[in-house]
Amino acid sequence: MHPIFSHLRRLGLYLLAWIPIAGMLAYLLTIPGQITMREAVTLSIPLSLIYAFVCLSSWYSCRGNSLEKYGLGRLVTTHVTAALIASIVWAFVAVGMASSLSKMPAFTGLSARFRPEIPVIVGSGLLLYLLSVTFFYIIIAVDLSRDAEARVMRASVLARDAELRALKAQVNPHFLFNSLNSISALTTSDSAKAREMCILLGDFLRRTLGLGEKTAIPLEEELSLIHAFLAVEKVRFGARIQMEENIDQRALDVPVPPLLLQPLVENAVVHGIANLVEGGWIRLSVQCDNGGGDVSIIVENRFDPEAPARRRNGVGLANVRQRLQARYGNRASFAVKAEADSYRVALTFPAERGLQTT
Amino acid sequence: MNREAGKKIRAVIVDDEELARQVLREFLGAHPEIELVAECANGFEAVKSVTELKPDLLFLDIQMPKLDGFEVLELIGNDLRVIFVTAFDSYAIKAFEVHAVDYLLKPFGADRFEAALNRAKERLSGKSPHTEMPPADLAAAARPPSQYLDRIAVRDGTRVFIIPVAKLDYVEAQDDYVALATEGKKHLKQQTISSLESALDPSRFLRIHRSYIVNLERVVKVEPYAKDTHVAVLTNGTQLPVSRSGYARLRAFLDR
Repeated sequence: MHPIFSHLRRLGLYLLAWIPIAGMLAYLLTIPGQITMREAVTLSIPLSLIYAFVCLSSWYSCRGNSLEKYGLGRLVTTHVTAALIASIVWAFVAVGMASSLSKMPAFTGLSARFRPEIPVIVGSGLLLYLLSVTFFYIIIAVDLSRDAEARVMRASVLARDAELRALKAQVNPHFLFNSLNSISALTTSDSAKAREMCILLGDFLRRTLGLGEKTAIPLEEELSLIHAFLAVEKVRFGARIQMEENIDQRALDVPVPPLLLQPLVENAVVHGIANLVEGGWIRLSVQCDNGGGDVSIIVENRFDPEAPARRRNGVGLANVRQRLQARYGNRASFAVKAEADSYRVALTFPAERGLQTT
Repeated sequence: MNREAGKKIRAVIVDDEELARQVLREFLGAHPEIELVAECANGFEAVKSVTELKPDLLFLDIQMPKLDGFEVLELIGNDLRVIFVTAFDSYAIKAFEVHAVDYLLKPFGADRFEAALNRAKERLSGKSPHTEMPPADLAAAARPPSQYLDRIAVRDGTRVFIIPVAKLDYVEAQDDYVALATEGKKHLKQQTISSLESALDPSRFLRIHRSYIVNLERVVKVEPYAKDTHVAVLTNGTQLPVSRSGYARLRAFLDR
């Protein structure tokens, strides 16, 4: 699309810029003293208007001859040739106009008096055309850099989205294989329990399936995902997991990004419970603050500060924080606090009730 | 280590999950030649049991409370056969493959279990070559890249010391061992200095000499010593030799 034709506002501005040019042209025509100001203005206004549109056409030849692709020689030849043709045609139009005007009583003899002005017309036509070429090259360069910027932005947003989606949809392989190992142990010792574990694991996996495509789910669904996860882990860790919950029922219908809390509870198990010989507690608190406008959630667990460093796997805290920020910006807060033997992650975000949770 | 015929193989299972121990116990039940002498639920118990009971075979989980599997191995040494048992750890598995360490991936079936057990028995009876690397070197090889050591486990007799790397002043190579200098004491550990170097965070620890790694936070100044050599002076007054290439590295760091 032509950058000026396509926008009425831009076309208006462009034509306004030609008013001083028309004035300059009229002035140039009067300098030799053969033509009066009134005659010069009568000629220069329609001539400028016509040439304004002629110059617009130089955009096409600028676009066709990009500065990066062609050498200076070719560019100069192309544009100077085009400028020559345009200005000579313009001069013919000017001569035609002058001769038709001279038939009117007010402009008698204009045709003859105009003849010496032809070089002025050709010269200024050349200059104006080349100016317009420069102008359009600048516009093209600006557009290109803006496009490149937008493309980079779009690409980085897409890349981050894809990354976040991939991380969201991931089930920690360590969790999966350990659970399968528990089932393997139970098949001979307690087959009913083994079947129950299969069902619990199936239930958890089914709930996580397809969550990657959703942008939000009700908090209630996220909580039941956590319960499904803990049900599996309780088979593995037995009495080592003590879960304490304090949930404000008003928060249950608030939409949240899927798998916002499950990774936090999983971390509490992996970095807390799994390192404690005698086990420990996990506390989950969900409260409505600020007259129900904000939801604040705390996941807290006991941990052994002298435990060996766990090998990193699963969805990390950084991912949860990034997703919280991506969705709520600075309306959300995220804080991690490690004390003597407890580890606490606190997050607050606005309750966006009434939004579609798809 | 040739074994007398008829003598039972004494085994210990180390895993913090009861169900995981149960699977191993069940599979071992089919082997009368193996006697299960202990089950441990964490790293400290494992080191204690191995020291006291001197078993021949150890089934060792990697992620556990107190000490992880590699730390346990570093503390108990190479005098027994170890079969690592883990659910998922791509870096560890790669190291096991490269260094021909026996391992089982949870969940495993009887056939995998038998294969690993047979290999361990062959090595116990001395039929297969006994080429071992220091456990700490294996642990360093199994470490995920960019996840550096934050503590080092060492044993002095029956006592286990956990040294946070922040408390390490410097490391000195002594034959097959490294001496870890911390809080005025030196702890010996069987490991090559280059494998320890690769496990330490390079922004905090620097190899200044063929035989020395220094904690950069401890370096007060570097002085010329003889032609082409320097000494690094530490906060506690210790002077460490700095080689020519070590000096170039140290300069690059100090100039930053």
